[in-house]
Amino acid sequence: MTKISLELGSGGSLMRDFIAGRIVPSLGDPLLRELGDAVHLPGGIAFTTDSYVVDPLFFPGGDIGRLAVNGTVNDLVVSGAEPRFLSLALILEEGFDTGTLDRVIRSIGTAAKAAGVRIVTGDTKVVRRGQGDKVYINTAGVGRSIARPRQARIRRGDKVILTGTLGDHSLAVMLARGDFGLSSSVRSDCAPLLFLLPLWKKGALWMRDVTRGGLATVLFELAERLPFPVVVDEDRIPLSRPVRAASELLGIDPLYMACEGKAVVIAPAAGAEGFLKLMRAHPLGRKAAIIGEIQDRIGRPGELLLRTGVGGLRLLEPLTSELLPRIC
Amino acid sequence: MKELRDPNALRRLLGDIAERARKLERRPRLMEVCGTHTMALFKGGLTPLIEAAGVEMVSGPGCPVCITPNAIHEAAIAIVTGSEGVTLAAFGDMTRVPTRRGSLQTAIPAGNTRLRIVYSPEEALVEARREPDRPVVFYGAGFETTIPAIAYTVRQASSEGLKNYSVLPALWLIPPALRAILTAGEVAVDGFIYPGHVSAVIGLEPYEFVAREFGVPGAVAGFEPGDILLAIRSVLEQIAAGKPRVALEYSRAIGREGNPVARALMGEIFEPYDACWRGLGRIGASGLRFRKEFAGFDAASRFGLETEGSERDLAGCRCGEVLRGVIRPQGCRLFGTKCRPDSPLGPCMVSYEGACLIHFKFGPERRPRP
Amino acid sequence: MCLAVPAKIVRLEESGQGTASYMGSEVKVNLSLVPQARRGDWVIIHAGFAISVMDAKEARETLRLFKELAAASQDEGA
Repeated sequence: MTKISLELGSGGSLMRDFIAGRIVPSLGDPLLRELGDAVHLPGGIAFTTDSYVVDPLFFPGGDIGRLAVNGTVNDLVVSGAEPRFLSLALILEEGFDTGTLDRVIRSIGTAAKAAGVRIVTGDTKVVRRGQGDKVYINTAGVGRSIARPRQARIRRGDKVILTGTLGDHSLAVMLARGDFGLSSSVRSDCAPLLFLLPLWKKGALWMRDVTRGGLATVLFELAERLPFPVVVDEDRIPLSRPVRAASELLGIDPLYMACEGKAVVIAPAAGAEGFLKLMRAHPLGRKAAIIGEIQDRIGRPGELLLRTGVGGLRLLEPLTSELLPRIC
Repeated sequence: MKELRDPNALRRLLGDIAERARKLERRPRLMEVCGTHTMALFKGGLTPLIEAAGVEMVSGPGCPVCITPNAIHEAAIAIVTGSEGVTLAAFGDMTRVPTRRGSLQTAIPAGNTRLRIVYSPEEALVEARREPDRPVVFYGAGFETTIPAIAYTVRQASSEGLKNYSVLPALWLIPPALRAILTAGEVAVDGFIYPGHVSAVIGLEPYEFVAREFGVPGAVAGFEPGDILLAIRSVLEQIAAGKPRVALEYSRAIGREGNPVARALMGEIFEPYDACWRGLGRIGASGLRFRKEFAGFDAASRFGLETEGSERDLAGCRCGEVLRGVIRPQGCRLFGTKCRPDSPLGPCMVSYEGACLIHFKFGPERRPRP
Repeated sequence: MCLAVPAKIVRLEESGQGTASYMGSEVKVNLSLVPQARRGDWVIIHAGFAISVMDAKEARETLRLFKELAAASQDEGA
């Protein structure tokens, strides 16, 4: 492609391929090539960065500031690091209301405190009206490495655990835009996943937070690198009622809807029940559930399969482009 | 309605279907007309179960994304790239169809023109009311289920004097397409699963000719797994009895007469014409265009665009033949190689109901082996 | 082309508009195509428009049928 299209930003395989095919080869760094959520550096430090662009800035359950803190915190947590410090870079559009900016900054402060991280350095720029959408935020995060994901150690019988309901963030933002004439009680699930950190020492094999592209995309990226197929049970996937309703009404599949405070954890077979108990003991993990497993009775290596609620079976593909409501 | 998804009930129905299929002379081949049925079968993982029960399902042309010719997509793209200060509102899938000018998603809008994805045509109308000085074009695509809603927006715009509102129409009628498929005789179909929500508008009468003139049975089905299996069972029963008719297996939701108010509204704004379908060619009285009194709301004439034209599929794309059931997706050289879900070359790979997309994700060679 | 869901009308508003409840969420619905619909009726909603009013008796029949099918299946499986 010669021009960037909006479709590229929807977080699916288009973006993955773009980065892997265009950006990484140009920079040529072996650590970058791994393209993990965060990277473990020599000296026991983990490092990550993320940028936040959301419309509207405020929505039920969160705002861009809170996203900017928790998103980066969570990238560190699921990579096996204890989050410690964040940087904060702001790009402000000329004409943006300073009162609103105050609200965003306050929210950042509150979220940082709740996540136990300090914001220790930052930058601010202003661009002309029309050249930025109110505010863009970038946060880089530094943490203490406490474990490494061990994908190579994943075996048959290991379990797939989802920490809670899918799609709440995605729906909250969609509805806050005023689209679709649908009103519901849904709230973004934007939250720090610190309660998962102890699981690393208890033998957690792999974690990923379920953001853009949804559960199916996250699991597909894992499945394609495993020697055994991953099977997930549709019936066991926790969904809140508002998300269930909206997904049927609008024809959007919850398996592809973004969250901002949920993760997939691969637990060793023996430890899975223990993991579940630990998660459910925390307010953010009450709906945690074992939703599937790594096995070899059905499917082929590299595949991600869904056992449907009616007793059928189908392959799950990653999200390839923007999730759009359907009428068909 | 979770009872209609109960695995035990479905298993029972599948057993019944298998028994009936076994007793027939040859393996029955049923066409589900509506893309939403294709989607429901796929999402539920039902297709392998139905095939194991001895029934072959083939997809019909009921996918508006698939059968709208590229000429109309290109007209929509021309509006977005060629006119400043316009809002083009469209349903999601329509915006991803690839043409020689890219898709609506990848098109770079002129000036401060915007593409807006909507769930209801009424959202486009609301947008037009909100900014009366800004042209709003609704890219209105659909079958009889959706056409009344689109007609409503035109009637409202007309009575409110909303001069900035217009519709780029891609309106298709199901029964003429069925006649074309049956007349062409390219695909042997033993029975039809009729679209439940199209039928909510048109009723059952428009399908009667299928049974009467062609002797092919059919049943109107809802969209839960149980609904579809009930309809399949009804069709098999009709085949066995040699008594083709139009059975109603969705009586909780629709009446035999359909919705006369909706039909009247369609007829007030639009009139039938011989439309050109991708793959199926020109079919008599199969499309709707604006009546003269409302022609002022036709975006094609407002923006001076041609929406008819020779087939402008991308080179090598055989979606047309797939839509007619002449070849399976695997028969197209581009399938799975150059044409994939993340780089589609034709609408059958774009639409969630597109046969190519569904076969890519779940075709026989990719089916999980139990 | 047929994605539509059943929902219950909870409020009638002016000019053919209304609000329906679907699994606990409220959705705006245009009722112009079903002028006979009343509060409490179940309708089929497609693209923001009610296209049909449901028949409660037939719905109960369908549910009964499926409950029977499920029970019969379990008897067999036992």
